Amino acid sequence: MNSAHDLGGMHGFGPINPEPENEEPVFHSDWEKRVFGLTLAAGFLGKWNIDMSRNARERQHPVDYLRHTYYENWLAGLEKLLVEAELVSPEELRIGNAGGPADESIQQRVLKADEVAEVIAKGSPVAMANSSAPRYKSGDSIRAVNRHPMGHTREPRYVRGRVGVIHEYHGTYVFPDRSAEGSKEGRHLYNVRFTAEALWGESASGRNAVYVDLWEDYLEPA
Amino acid sequence: MMAMQMGDASAFDRAFREEIAVSEHHHPHDDNHTEPPSDLVLRVQALESLLIEKGLVDPATIDVLIDTYETKVGPRNGANVVARAWGDSEFKKWLLRDATAAIASLGYTGRQGEHMKVVENTPTVHNLVVCTLCSCYPWPVLGLPPVWYKSAPYRSRAVTDPRGVLEEFGMVLADNIEIRVWDSTSEIRYLVLPERPEGTEGWSEADLTELVTRNAMIGVEKAKRPMDIGRNR
Repeated sequence: MNSAHDLGGMHGFGPINPEPENEEPVFHSDWEKRVFGLTLAAGFLGKWNIDMSRNARERQHPVDYLRHTYYENWLAGLEKLLVEAELVSPEELRIGNAGGPADESIQQRVLKADEVAEVIAKGSPVAMANSSAPRYKSGDSIRAVNRHPMGHTREPRYVRGRVGVIHEYHGTYVFPDRSAEGSKEGRHLYNVRFTAEALWGESASGRNAVYVDLWEDYLEPA
Repeated sequence: MMAMQMGDASAFDRAFREEIAVSEHHHPHDDNHTEPPSDLVLRVQALESLLIEKGLVDPATIDVLIDTYETKVGPRNGANVVARAWGDSEFKKWLLRDATAAIASLGYTGRQGEHMKVVENTPTVHNLVVCTLCSCYPWPVLGLPPVWYKSAPYRSRAVTDPRGVLEEFGMVLADNIEIRVWDSTSEIRYLVLPERPEGTEGWSEADLTELVTRNAMIGVEKAKRPMDIGRNR
């Protein structure tokens, strides 16, 4: 969806003002820590994947998305996911008291403290076996398809309709547009090089380029 | 341009911009225990107690998750990868060919680093990593991203004006250097291999790691020089 998360190329946000690297804490307050930990812990219940999680944060009013701090967006996303997965009812969320315990089958999935190191080190790889030959190869000219899906997508607005060159073929990876709907499907994934001029016009420096990972559904020959 | 915007701004726009300015940093009252907790703090506490009551999370697990990324997984891991590549040309070739396997050989694997790519800075090419759509970042080697990396100013401008962004970090690149911006739109995570600083011949790997900053591995800075850490004076 064309929402406020798709920030590439927007103007007016002002200076970056980075905190010095050696002074910035990992978290800036205790509530951020808890939101981070709750989000990861709830994710291990297995009721949603990373694309559904991103989509939940994106499906906010654009003003809210931009107004919130980072972990406020995580909190809004987590509350939405919990309700949509029917792990928590809207009423329970509103009053803050449980109407009853979660199903035993869900409670059995709760991650234990002594399991954390192993599951973090293992991660969740999303590479899949190739079931077809890739359509493009390195050096091919492509155009990023001009498409504006209402659902989740990882094709940023700033590349849509722009011509680039395949830099590298990565292999088959889970396709986020369908993954956000709960369906695990593989698609060919490429890295595509767009010159700054192709993206931003003649005034952009010809020496610069943006490299973007794009799935085959996002591409057409050019 | 800013002055014109200020002059034209409606009250709403002004208020909105002020809120953004606040949201780029943290809420200043959260650590002040003499004031009552904010609505946000209460909302998070209520959610956690609800999930515990329902048996959906174990608070001890949350403590371990937080501790993992506060004290165990961070940019020292990435510095070890870079220092190894600087000192071992075979490892560097492997790192550039199959970063996931080469990095895993040093023990750094897993969440948000399942699929890794390393891009090398040279005298003519400078690389910069961003995630315009969210906050994708290679956790096993860099830990959790800094606030600025997740902020709207960086995410919006890194792709359009990388030279201007680098200047904000104090890095002025010559016009003839090509800047490659890597937008992390897939589950592949990018790590920049900075140039090895001059005057470090014969240094141990442990000493080399002292020159490798988190920001250099994102690509907003160069690695430190020996003089920056009080060496080779």
